[in-house]
Amino acid sequence: MQNFYLAAFRVFFKIGIFTLGGGYAMIPQIEAEVVNRHKWMTREEFLDLIAVAQSCPGALAVNMSVFIGYRMRKLAGAICATLGVTLPSFLIILLIAMFFHQFQDNAVVASAFNGIRPAVVALIAAPVFTLAKSARIALTNCWIPVGSALLIWLLGVNPIYVLVVAGMCGYLYGILIKPTE
Amino acid sequence: MIYLQLFLTFFQIGLFGFGGGYGMLSLIQNQTVYNHAWLTAPEFTNIVAISQMTPGPISINAATYCGYTAIHKAGMGEWASILGSATATCALVLPSFILMILICRVFMKYMNTPTVQNIMSGLRPAVVGLIAAAALLLMTPENFSSPAINPWNFWVSIAIFVATFVGTKFVKINPMKMISWAAFAGLMLLY
Repeated sequence: MQNFYLAAFRVFFKIGIFTLGGGYAMIPQIEAEVVNRHKWMTREEFLDLIAVAQSCPGALAVNMSVFIGYRMRKLAGAICATLGVTLPSFLIILLIAMFFHQFQDNAVVASAFNGIRPAVVALIAAPVFTLAKSARIALTNCWIPVGSALLIWLLGVNPIYVLVVAGMCGYLYGILIKPTE
Repeated sequence: MIYLQLFLTFFQIGLFGFGGGYGMLSLIQNQTVYNHAWLTAPEFTNIVAISQMTPGPISINAATYCGYTAIHKAGMGEWASILGSATATCALVLPSFILMILICRVFMKYMNTPTVQNIMSGLRPAVVGLIAAAALLLMTPENFSSPAINPWNFWVSIAIFVATFVGTKFVKINPMKMISWAAFAGLMLLY
């Protein structure tokens, strides 16, 4: 096998540079490279990995790259794969950050972004209902997302506390109430 | 000092960033806009827009941009700002890095246990609420203008919001294309 470190860096760099739209858009690309082309893991292992990486905090693509790199070549492998997937975004955004400061007060740029901002808010709002369906939200538990949103929005509660409480409630529900149902 | 703050803030965001990109938005917003005032609300919205148009995870894009801007606004030079953006990005990735290695080594077999599944069943609906909160928190006069200050700007913003919501949700138009159209509308109607 050729040098894994270089290969892992290159594969994940390519994934980092060519996938727009983040997380889920990257999965097919990662699968094509990792499972089909380089055979670093089987399809079943890959599906398990997706499930695990999704339940962990952090960006999906980063989680997957750490796991794959570590499994192949321990710490050094994980570092190579993670650097690969992170560097493209880092470099592109760094360039934009360096130059955007000079342009953002320009009237043309400012008016374009005046139009873009409401669109972005809509882009964030749109998947809420789709996600609600896949998180199996029904009448009995719809108070969880509604309550969390209101706490954060109206009372300015730190979202971290909301997550901690929600996780604890899930755990308590599982051991106290679920067995009696 | 500000580097330490950047590190701790983004480490926290990385550690609690359940539910991927959009789920992390309200954490990033809460910390960078409200707690530390490193970014203004329109700046934050601009970053989300830029993240949509560039490759890579939204959270990484936001960390990189915010790290740079926070140091830049503190009046330090170019290289100090670049260091700031590297600090924020590393801090964001570090929790994922540690957690995934731990899972790979020991915890893989625990991921399917009832305990983890129970916790996840509480987290999943909450993340939906977090995303809704991110959208609600961005509906501000800075992003939409207001009927009292600039009614024309306000109603154009509302129209763009509705068009994008319907366009991406029901007509399934690509978000990137939608942003380009919104930029075009902004240039034509708000210049």
